[in-house]
Amino acid sequence: MNELTMQSALTPADFATDQEVRWCPGCGDYAVLKAVKTVLADVGAKRENTVFISGIGCAARFPYYIDTYGFHTIHGRAPAVATGVLLANPDLDVWVITGDGDGLSIGGNHLMHVLRRNVNCQILLFNNETYGLTKGQYSPTSRVATRSPSTPSGSIDHPVDPTQYALGCGANFVARAVDTQVKQLVEILKAAYRHPGAAFVEIFQNCIVFNEDVFDDFTARANVADNQIQVEDSAPLVYGVDGDRALAFDADALGLKTIDMRADSPTSALVHNAKNRNLAFALARMARPTFPMATGILYDNPGPVYEVEMANVGSAVRQDGKSLQDVMHAGFTWTVGETS
Amino acid sequence: MDTLVEESAHAAREAVETVVVRLAGDSGDGIQVVGAQIGLASALSGNDLETFPDFPAEVRAPVGTTYGVSAYQIHFGGRSIKTIGDEVDVLVALNPAALKTNLATLKNGGIVLIDAGAFTSRNIAKAGYETSPLEDDSLGPYQLFAPDISKLTMESVKESGLNKKASLRCKNFWALGLVYWMFDRKRQPTRDWLNQKFATNPDVANANIAALDAGHAYGETVEATGEIAGYTVQRIDMAPGLYRSVTGSEALAWGLAAAAELSGRKLVFSSYPITPASPVLHTLARLRDIGVVTFQAEDEIAAVCAAIGVAYAGGLGVTSSSGPGISLKQEAMGLAVSTELPLIIVNTQRAGPSTGMPTKTEQSDLNQALYGRHGESPIPVLAARSPADCFDVAVEAARIALCFMTPVILLSDGFIANASGPWKLPDLSKLPRIEVSNHTDREGFHAFLRDPETLARAWAVPGTPGCEHRIGGIEKDFSTGHISYDPDNHQKMTDVRAAKVAGIAASVPALAPDQGEADGDLAVIGWGSTYGPISRAVTNVRARGHRVSHVHLRHLRPFASNQQELLAGFKRVLAPEMNAGQLVRLMRAEGCTRIEGLSKVTGKPFLVREIEAAIFARLETTDE
Repeated sequence: MNELTMQSALTPADFATDQEVRWCPGCGDYAVLKAVKTVLADVGAKRENTVFISGIGCAARFPYYIDTYGFHTIHGRAPAVATGVLLANPDLDVWVITGDGDGLSIGGNHLMHVLRRNVNCQILLFNNETYGLTKGQYSPTSRVATRSPSTPSGSIDHPVDPTQYALGCGANFVARAVDTQVKQLVEILKAAYRHPGAAFVEIFQNCIVFNEDVFDDFTARANVADNQIQVEDSAPLVYGVDGDRALAFDADALGLKTIDMRADSPTSALVHNAKNRNLAFALARMARPTFPMATGILYDNPGPVYEVEMANVGSAVRQDGKSLQDVMHAGFTWTVGETS
Repeated sequence: MDTLVEESAHAAREAVETVVVRLAGDSGDGIQVVGAQIGLASALSGNDLETFPDFPAEVRAPVGTTYGVSAYQIHFGGRSIKTIGDEVDVLVALNPAALKTNLATLKNGGIVLIDAGAFTSRNIAKAGYETSPLEDDSLGPYQLFAPDISKLTMESVKESGLNKKASLRCKNFWALGLVYWMFDRKRQPTRDWLNQKFATNPDVANANIAALDAGHAYGETVEATGEIAGYTVQRIDMAPGLYRSVTGSEALAWGLAAAAELSGRKLVFSSYPITPASPVLHTLARLRDIGVVTFQAEDEIAAVCAAIGVAYAGGLGVTSSSGPGISLKQEAMGLAVSTELPLIIVNTQRAGPSTGMPTKTEQSDLNQALYGRHGESPIPVLAARSPADCFDVAVEAARIALCFMTPVILLSDGFIANASGPWKLPDLSKLPRIEVSNHTDREGFHAFLRDPETLARAWAVPGTPGCEHRIGGIEKDFSTGHISYDPDNHQKMTDVRAAKVAGIAASVPALAPDQGEADGDLAVIGWGSTYGPISRAVTNVRARGHRVSHVHLRHLRPFASNQQELLAGFKRVLAPEMNAGQLVRLMRAEGCTRIEGLSKVTGKPFLVREIEAAIFARLETTDE
């Protein structure tokens, strides 16, 4: 009997800790927590081999609520801590929990490098376009003219788009999800889990206290069909109530355009290819209200994994039996003998 | 040169006890290469020695400029050598800029060996001289010897088949040959080194050997003219054993690797390039063949955070930088204090504040090490005193970090990092193992269970079934390890963290004088790289019959438990420091109110005579 058959499978509830969840009632974080527990149970994750690492912010409390190993670190630095954990033990399954402030403001640099190195972890960026824990200041993803305690006349800085940023950093797995679209979120997280290397998932997360319904234009039940396109690999890029809208290649703009499937020939709808980085960029760049918001797995094209390459470099030069003593004795040495 | 009265074996030669040679030339002149060769040749000639490279800060300064001068100082001789020497006996200057920037180091009456061929009007002007120093009386106080080394080198390598430029590049070895003749060094090890180094390019090896031999022969030829003299350097009986030359950076890197072996943990060294700390990274990066992992992070903060991640996952996590980088790491170091993870932070100190003088040495980061973080966040602090000591202190830092589950700061400095000396290689199999096992017992486990003796918390690493837990920078409950905002608990945890660090003292050997008795008129107390000059100064003063002792600290937090008691035996206490008195203030705060400071913040190490003068000034007033 191997270990697997001896162990009874864990349920989502088995991943709950005894700690009281302290997010605001109605926070989108609850939905993500539930989805993650479901994923862990469904993929058969082992509690002891799973590590959740977070920075600072509302979402960063996440590890306290998952009964695995967890490390609530400091603001913006979770990707760096995660990298160290995996350098010490590449067999661990590491999840990084971050937010728009944690991951793109104070920690933007580390996010860039964990993605371009392709460290094997899942990075969930909870984007609520606000600094929740510090009481609602505007964040790097807040839209221009956002009024907040620190921008009473409206913000003036141009926001960064997390998904485009991740693609620009060279991430090999980039997806967008919505906190309340649980079925899609679970599938995306499972795919992220399976992806070798860094898997980046931007989750539109509703902050009911400081930024309620900021994503309503594409997440509210009435708006989803017309204003959101849920992409799937190898499936036509269609959306709309009856699938009446689609995306097509716009040669003049070197980008995408929306087409009316009732008027245009159905064959002109583009088919999603998750291995095409240009298409992923084009989907990520689509701006409301001209375009629908693209969610789903925009890009999934595995590449060499950092800590595997690191181990390969080590094993390529590793000399069995060679010790530090040998290193210190190599090169120019001399012996002083016993003298009278 | 400290001249001996007795005659040496080399009847024709004057015998000297120690010699200080300084080589200087353009960055492209190969000064560092030949400097290192003198070191090896001197070790083989039975001398103790210390060397120090003095690189220009610029990456590739224009040829012939003063800021492109590279120098190498070596102090060798027939007694225990602990400094690079206060003043230079023989200055070799391969161009005018080298002469201009290094002449001040030469003692009055010292020998200055110059390549007359490099003293062209263009080079003289580039160095900023108005007239040639060879033609005015500016070199009057010295013994000038100025052959046309360029021309003599070209002649000596004529048969080599090298082009003109490559031929001229051999002039460093010609000068080396002459220095070897002056101090009776054997040429064969250098010939062997050249043959090995240029195994694929024997023409270059042979040309340099020809230049070396020609320089040596030149000494023999001109000896008869009386223009230049040869010397016999006294030998010293070093302790028997296998030796090599080692820089502080190398010894530190190897010490970390040794600690990994002794503790059975994987060493992951995580750092970001910075002067003068990078050579530790470079040394460890070459140890992948024995399983060392090095990680060049995207910044200083990522470097320390990755090392914390390593520690969390059960490895030996080390980060390393210099002052500005350590400033950036402080928040994360606080996280390591709060989560009680073993972590080593190496600070190769340099002159500050801010960018300061990156290539110059200082020991002004003691306050930063002690007090650099917010909150009550004590971290043990250790300091290395010499290049070879870096090995032992690295092992000690790992012992404390692992046994007490705490971050540890290891202070080195730019001088120790780059200086080198002979090192008697330790037998790794004889070093005590660092026995710290992972916690695997799930019964009653929480992450802040403590060893009642050391107060170290349980180290359960990811991958251990049944010990899953969450830690973070938020205060923990003493009894459960869960997050807690309870006021009494915060007081208790603050006290426990302080008591744990204070308790390290019980595992530290009693402090004893490095030289001298445990009582007397004056204790000279130091830490870090002031070791060499303090040691020599105290030796000199003691030789004149004074009751002066040298006490040198490795443990700066906590102090060895008997430190107060030891110092109570002295009438006065003097602390030379390359800062504005940071140890002095710390020791006063700890109750040693009689301590006086001797401060030097010039980016340069103390001279022996500076410390001697300060000692005598105190002795005079003590005697009253």
